[in-house]
Amino acid sequence: MAEGIKDKVAIIGMGCTKFGELWDKSADDLMIDAFQECIEDAGIEKKDINAAWFGVHFEEQSVGKGATSMALALKLPFIPVTRTENFCATATEAFRGACYGVASGAYDIALALGVEKLKDTGYGGLPGGPGLMGTKNALIMPKLTAPGAFAMMATRYFAVYGLKPDEGKKMLAKVSAKSHYNGARNPKAHLRREVTEEQIINAPIIAWPLGLFDCCGVSDGSAAAIVTRADMAKKFRPDPVYVKALQIALSSGEELMYTKWDGAHVETGYRAGMLAYKEAGVKNPREEISMAEVHDCFSITEAVTMEDLEFSPRGKVKEDIEAGRFNHDGPQPIQPDGGLKCFGHPIGASGLRMLHEMYKQLQGKAQLPERQIKNPKLGLTHNMGGFPAMNIVSIAIIGL
Amino acid sequence: MIGIKSYGAYIPRYRMNHNTIFMSVGFLGSFPPPGENAVANHDEDALSMAVAAGIDCLSGMKREIVDGLYLATTSQPYMVRQNSALVATALDLQSDIRTADFVGSTKSGTTALLSAFDAVKGEMSTNILVCASDCRLSKPGSPQESLYGDGAASLLVGSDEVIATFEGAYSVSYDFPDRWRASGEKFEHAWEDRFIRDSGYGQFISEVISGLLEKYKLNIKDFAKIIYPGLYAREHGAIAKRLGADPSQLQDTLRSTVGDTGSASPLMMLVAALEDAKPGDKILVASFGNGGDALVFKVTEKIGNITDRRAVKKHLASKKELASYEKYLAFKNLAPMDLGMRGEISIRTPMSALFRERKVVLALCGSKCKKCGTPQYPYQRVCVNPDCGAIDQMEDYRFSDKKGVVFTYTGDNLAASIDPPSVYGLVDFDGGGRFWFDFTDCDLDSVKVGMPVEMTFRRRYVDESSGVHGYSWKAVPISA
Repeated sequence: MAEGIKDKVAIIGMGCTKFGELWDKSADDLMIDAFQECIEDAGIEKKDINAAWFGVHFEEQSVGKGATSMALALKLPFIPVTRTENFCATATEAFRGACYGVASGAYDIALALGVEKLKDTGYGGLPGGPGLMGTKNALIMPKLTAPGAFAMMATRYFAVYGLKPDEGKKMLAKVSAKSHYNGARNPKAHLRREVTEEQIINAPIIAWPLGLFDCCGVSDGSAAAIVTRADMAKKFRPDPVYVKALQIALSSGEELMYTKWDGAHVETGYRAGMLAYKEAGVKNPREEISMAEVHDCFSITEAVTMEDLEFSPRGKVKEDIEAGRFNHDGPQPIQPDGGLKCFGHPIGASGLRMLHEMYKQLQGKAQLPERQIKNPKLGLTHNMGGFPAMNIVSIAIIGL
Repeated sequence: MIGIKSYGAYIPRYRMNHNTIFMSVGFLGSFPPPGENAVANHDEDALSMAVAAGIDCLSGMKREIVDGLYLATTSQPYMVRQNSALVATALDLQSDIRTADFVGSTKSGTTALLSAFDAVKGEMSTNILVCASDCRLSKPGSPQESLYGDGAASLLVGSDEVIATFEGAYSVSYDFPDRWRASGEKFEHAWEDRFIRDSGYGQFISEVISGLLEKYKLNIKDFAKIIYPGLYAREHGAIAKRLGADPSQLQDTLRSTVGDTGSASPLMMLVAALEDAKPGDKILVASFGNGGDALVFKVTEKIGNITDRRAVKKHLASKKELASYEKYLAFKNLAPMDLGMRGEISIRTPMSALFRERKVVLALCGSKCKKCGTPQYPYQRVCVNPDCGAIDQMEDYRFSDKKGVVFTYTGDNLAASIDPPSVYGLVDFDGGGRFWFDFTDCDLDSVKVGMPVEMTFRRRYVDESSGVHGYSWKAVPISA
């Protein structure tokens, strides 16, 4: 039985740019901004970095293939740089690479950086194209978009748990309203306006039953982390944050092509979650996980994720949402920084952005006092890439 | 005995009333007669409709018996790349068959049928599927716009279990320049209607039917049904009168309910006649187009064996009005509609991958695990059943003829579509198997989880830069 990653690696610095439609920033600009903030926070210099992992998803929209773009942008001095890509888990994969790199003893200090420049496509939503899911799928898959793919999970959730469309939409509206509340209070967030449940419910439909406010922002941004071996961490700062678990799970085809999956949950989310709890030694996630940044690309995704991660019992998330459990002042705050919904979602940066928020909260350094969660112990981040029927979920748990 | 073994037809869901056309382009001086036309959906064309008619015709029959497919059309999407071979692939027919395109004239439907009889009679073929299908593009405001409708018919020709025996034929051929479309042209040209009617339609149909009657010493009064296209309503009746036929013998031309379906027209009328035929009935079919063919059939006792066909009747009854002329223009790509930049993303079809995956993409074939019996789409080498996982224990499994239910769905306004929202979802197939598909011929409001669906072959895209017409299968609510 493998030992796992728990307490072997520490984060000693992080940086995150403002997310948004940053028309005057290139991917290089974003990388440099996140990197600067990150090494300043770590109190190190560029030459101290032994190796780097670089995450970007839609490389054809911005930096091109390989990892050279980051090496060149940051003028990294001939060190190993590895490109990662795994849908929305891309940044978490970069972080995983860096963590395993230092945990193995191969390196002392490693950089993980994720970036995405989405707003150079000329249209709303994520970049489309026939090649995204491979040649064969381009010929047989429906021409689906991300909102459509996740809307199908909402349709299914409503059907499985007997929610009428208006009941279901009301539940989802509360999810988004909470994130807007948090995003409005975060200076680095993309969408910084509170919206009412009524506005959310009455917004134009993007993909039935999901409306505009059920969908996250499509943003530009970058985030970065410096990691080191746990035994070295205190040399750099008094309050390093330790990695407790790193897990990913990928679909086996069972959800899409076999008929057992109920379509109202994400199997990979459940599997990765259970493995992460085991790795971190978490017995009761509802009580022990102080806070989380989960992959709320759509309101329904956050709702089912609460069940997949056993924050809420199956089919019962509605009760917890209605009770305000996941609000900033609730017992288990979710998306304290606004989430993908309002902080924004530059694909290749999102996992590190989530870790940035958990890291700052754990250190008690959420920029503004009203944003600070009281005495968090463990923070969880969760990324889901692909579609509910065919996807990847990555989970990280970090703590003091 | 050589004859027809089975029949099928297809009429698209949408109908456009001639008033809709008149209200939009009547200012050009076109005054269509009352009626409506069948209009292909934006994802349909001559090939997709030929496949639909073929499926109807082969319903309940083993596809392995078919050793030939003849496609008749004047609106084939490909000038090079055999259209009939594509239809045969979509129908999941064997590869050791004869395929041929019969194109260039609206008599091609009957000519394909005659050629099938020749091949079976000459014992070169055993069972030939004839599909006739037309989906012709007309210039907005032209007389053809209200004259032409979209539709398809299919007949299985063989020598056993025939429901109607082939008794004889007579043909005439003229280089009659009533309509023409040169290579590379989008629209047909037409000479003056009075010329077409008086020098062609009225002449050739009379000539070919008279020739037939004389050749076989037949009496026009002996036919239960007489079939020929109804391009000109008054002349249609006048021809019958000149031939000495009673108006009650004339088969409805579908002119005011479907429109003139070109190559498919006489065969669709024949299918409609067979739906009502009794053993012993004699049926005369004539086509019109650069001359014409006339054929005689005699219905056998086996006619009662053919049931469960949608044919013409059920398709006629299942319809939805396309009340917007602008939407019609959009469906037919006759006006440059904005799909947004997302809709401008180019599709470069990898033809070698398409050929390699032809059974998956064009025939909707997956695999069935010989170890655990799980059907799966697309074809898998490693069984998807987590309790099985057998490797290379698969046999081919056709999903195109399986029904299913909607597992989940959405109506997507972000996806580029000429007819938003783009409706799609996951389908659970009866007997096992699940996959996601675009839905078509349906309205979002009518789609429900658990709703029964079936599969339909559709044109997925036209990539103008590479000239590729791409096809795949979509799910459609079971309507008839």
